Amino acid sequence: MDLFSSDNKVDNNKFKVTDEVRDRIPDGLFLACPYCGTQIYNKQLGDYRVCPNCNYGFRLQARERVALFATDFVEMNADLTIDQTDFPGYQGKLDRAKKQTDMNESVLTGTGKIDGQEVALGIMDSYFMMGSLGSQTGEKITRLFEHATAHRLPVVLFTASGGARMQEGINSLMQMAKISGAVAAHQEAGLLYLVVLTDPTTGGVTASFAMQGDVTLAEPHALVGFAGARVIESTIHEKLPKDFQRVETLLENGFVDKIVPRQELAGIIGQIVAMHQQEVADV
Amino acid sequence: MFEFVKTIFKKDVNPAEVVKKSREDRFLARELINGLVSDFIEFHGDRLSADDTSVIGGIGRLKGRPVTIIAIDKGVDIHDKLSKRNGSPQPWGYRKAQRLMKQAAKFNRPIITLINTPGAFPGMEAEAQGQGEAIAQSILESMKLTVPMIAIIYGEGGSGGALALATADQVWMFENATYSILSPEGFASILWKDAKRSEEAAAIMGITPADLLEKHVIDQIIPEGRHHAKIFEGMQEKLVEEFDAMQALPKRELIESRRARYRAF
Repeated sequence: MDLFSSDNKVDNNKFKVTDEVRDRIPDGLFLACPYCGTQIYNKQLGDYRVCPNCNYGFRLQARERVALFATDFVEMNADLTIDQTDFPGYQGKLDRAKKQTDMNESVLTGTGKIDGQEVALGIMDSYFMMGSLGSQTGEKITRLFEHATAHRLPVVLFTASGGARMQEGINSLMQMAKISGAVAAHQEAGLLYLVVLTDPTTGGVTASFAMQGDVTLAEPHALVGFAGARVIESTIHEKLPKDFQRVETLLENGFVDKIVPRQELAGIIGQIVAMHQQEVADV
Repeated sequence: MFEFVKTIFKKDVNPAEVVKKSREDRFLARELINGLVSDFIEFHGDRLSADDTSVIGGIGRLKGRPVTIIAIDKGVDIHDKLSKRNGSPQPWGYRKAQRLMKQAAKFNRPIITLINTPGAFPGMEAEAQGQGEAIAQSILESMKLTVPMIAIIYGEGGSGGALALATADQVWMFENATYSILSPEGFASILWKDAKRSEEAAAIMGITPADLLEKHVIDQIIPEGRHHAKIFEGMQEKLVEEFDAMQALPKRELIESRRARYRAF
């Protein structure tokens, strides 16, 4: 046997996955990390659903995230309904998203404790119409800030969004201003607003409340940007570098305070909130 | 006699036609600035990185009273248009606007913004310099201003790039201007994967002044005509009247009413 013969590579002889073998592996047992491409045995992701190779956090539904990060969660506005559905086909899409996610909109809001600290908590869900910013989304986030201002609570908001809700047209755009008004009032009350950027956060959400926090954390390798990569590429007529809109680049450019692996997030959020508990004195 | 448009019957408006006209150079930024204020002095730069020429800002006198005026400019000739990316501001353009807004608040000057943009520039440098953050902070800053602000959309009001300068106490639009979440072409290509259906998109998007007045997204429609001087004169009178009324309010009340304007959506 020739040890160095070209036929003797490990991948040629032993681990080649044929179609026949692939057919015998149940779907969903192995997942490819969307960031580094590593094939991961599903159970290896653990409760936090994090790639063991690169620490990328797989996209979570809002209810999964609440279970991971918060205790004593009391949901707010779970049944809020604003009729915005004249656009053809929109109602059907909304109904499907509601069924899939067990939510009434693309954000879950309420109060609860993270690492023992009481917070007003908002979690966007990219599985609900790509986390797009509809009127109900805007209303729930605005009410979250209003509640937090009235009860002197910090706001912790996990962002995940494809941007505007096209079907709602200009009303979607107005949500950016509406939420910003509530953020301004919360800020004036001297209260902490902590943003956690998760994969993906883009468009109108990036251009409003995702970039208005006092402290901005991010999960590793989350995609965050304003314009879509394809739009930019067609504007500049070249391919974008691989990590162009990843939070590691945003950190380098000065737009993120800290990148925190999901397993450590609750602890870090708890510490930051605790350090903001002192009342800000009136000047 | 100049009068603001009270009602436009939507059946009389062809949205695709309005979209087309909104992109023509019916009014130029500098013409509007000089038509509305006298003694205009331009101020440059965001004090952080650069000066974006697609955003023109400075001070001037509106019928004698000092005001801050900020305009998005698409450019005049082809070179100008290219260098201004057809009126698509860079983050440092929005940061210049923020600086001038804060300056206006310090000196108790009302603010006029003039908007004509297909949207914030989607470039590599723009992303790296935080286009999202620049727009987000412009909106937030506008929500805190202690002076009255009137935004006037005179051509295209493209999405967040327009909203960054249109989070105001009042929003006015020219008769042939548009204001929307994205262009009809973009809308058609996202929802139907076919940019050629833009006329159809324009019709259902509700992007004309008539649609937006009905939804209270805007407050006034400015009629267009060949006699620009007459239009500007009418606008000046109305601006003075509205600014006077708003400046008579306690500052807290002004801010609260601006927030309430957007809270209603």
